[in-house]
Amino acid sequence: MNAIEITNLTKTYPGFALSNLNLVLPEGSILGLAGENGAGKSTTLKLIMNAIPRDSGTIQVLGTDNQIPAFNAVKEDIGIVLDEAYFPEVLTPQNVSSVMQHTYQRWDNAIYNSYLQRFALPEKKPFKDFSRGMKMKFAIAVALSHAPKLLILDEATSGLDPMVRDEILDIFNDFTRDPGHSVLLSSHIISDMEKICDYIGFIHHGKLLLCEEKDRLLEEYAIVKLSDQDFLSVPPEAVHGKKETTYGVEALVKRTQVSAAFPLEHTNLEDIILFLARKEEDV
Amino acid sequence: MPSIRSLAKDLRISVITTKRAYDELEKGGLLYTVAGKGCYVAPQDTALVKEQHLREIESHIRKILTLAEPLGLSQAELFDLFRVVAEEESNL
Repeated sequence: MNAIEITNLTKTYPGFALSNLNLVLPEGSILGLAGENGAGKSTTLKLIMNAIPRDSGTIQVLGTDNQIPAFNAVKEDIGIVLDEAYFPEVLTPQNVSSVMQHTYQRWDNAIYNSYLQRFALPEKKPFKDFSRGMKMKFAIAVALSHAPKLLILDEATSGLDPMVRDEILDIFNDFTRDPGHSVLLSSHIISDMEKICDYIGFIHHGKLLLCEEKDRLLEEYAIVKLSDQDFLSVPPEAVHGKKETTYGVEALVKRTQVSAAFPLEHTNLEDIILFLARKEEDV
Repeated sequence: MPSIRSLAKDLRISVITTKRAYDELEKGGLLYTVAGKGCYVAPQDTALVKEQHLREIESHIRKILTLAEPLGLSQAELFDLFRVVAEEESNL
């Protein structure tokens, strides 16, 4: 089963359009959505939760169409974390727990307390006195404490230091040990995604340029650095974005489309995405 | 063998890639799968392993020959060199 299945999704705002988006998140895996600020990542996540109306297309979440009334029950199975954790400022983690008990049917205090302990979050400190890292960890603890099957996270690791980010990535990693658990996360910190995602999607100006298995991408693409002269012998269809400097050309190529005689270098996700975005700009 | 999912999560690598690695090992005869139970290491065919090692040695010898050619080393000189190195190794 697919945790999320989006077909031909379109949403238009004045001056911005999310066009014809197709995306699949297979159950048990982690999909990372990359894209610059304003590319349409948050819009996509909101559309998945049916928080904003769409123009056309269909979205299935955990096997249920998200516009039918039965979707409300499915929401119990979804844990969501937004880029800013919004809890009333004066509430302490203890207060939040009593509120959540009445919000989610499957709210589990034991799990909640174990997460508070694991993240070293003080039970009796009001939310406003939390640091940014603590707020984020707190939001994740809340999202995980009602036994969700799907976690949706919008920029959950941005603005946090590398140590905390790594800790959070570990939690997502552990969460998907259960083959019925899936994660959809959006971020512009591509190195984080490279660490834990199984699939990578890249949204640019409202269009999904890419949605692939991560390791396949890293295998498929390579970087060549050549002089202007030598670059002329690279078949143009093999070039998936290039950068010209005074000393030559750096280009992203597909390994299968160029001769093995070119000095191919390993690439990383960040380069692949930057080059693809640049190619799109050039068109 | 550990389950695909737990190995992938322990090593923090993609589940899909781990699955592919298991598939390749199975194709190579090193693993076998019991449906519903998991993956097991296949009993090794010693003749097969020996064969593989011999093939590897051959490829190294070929490499030595290509390296020796531009230097104009004769086979006798190469044998001498081999003996010297083997001697050194056994004295370690």
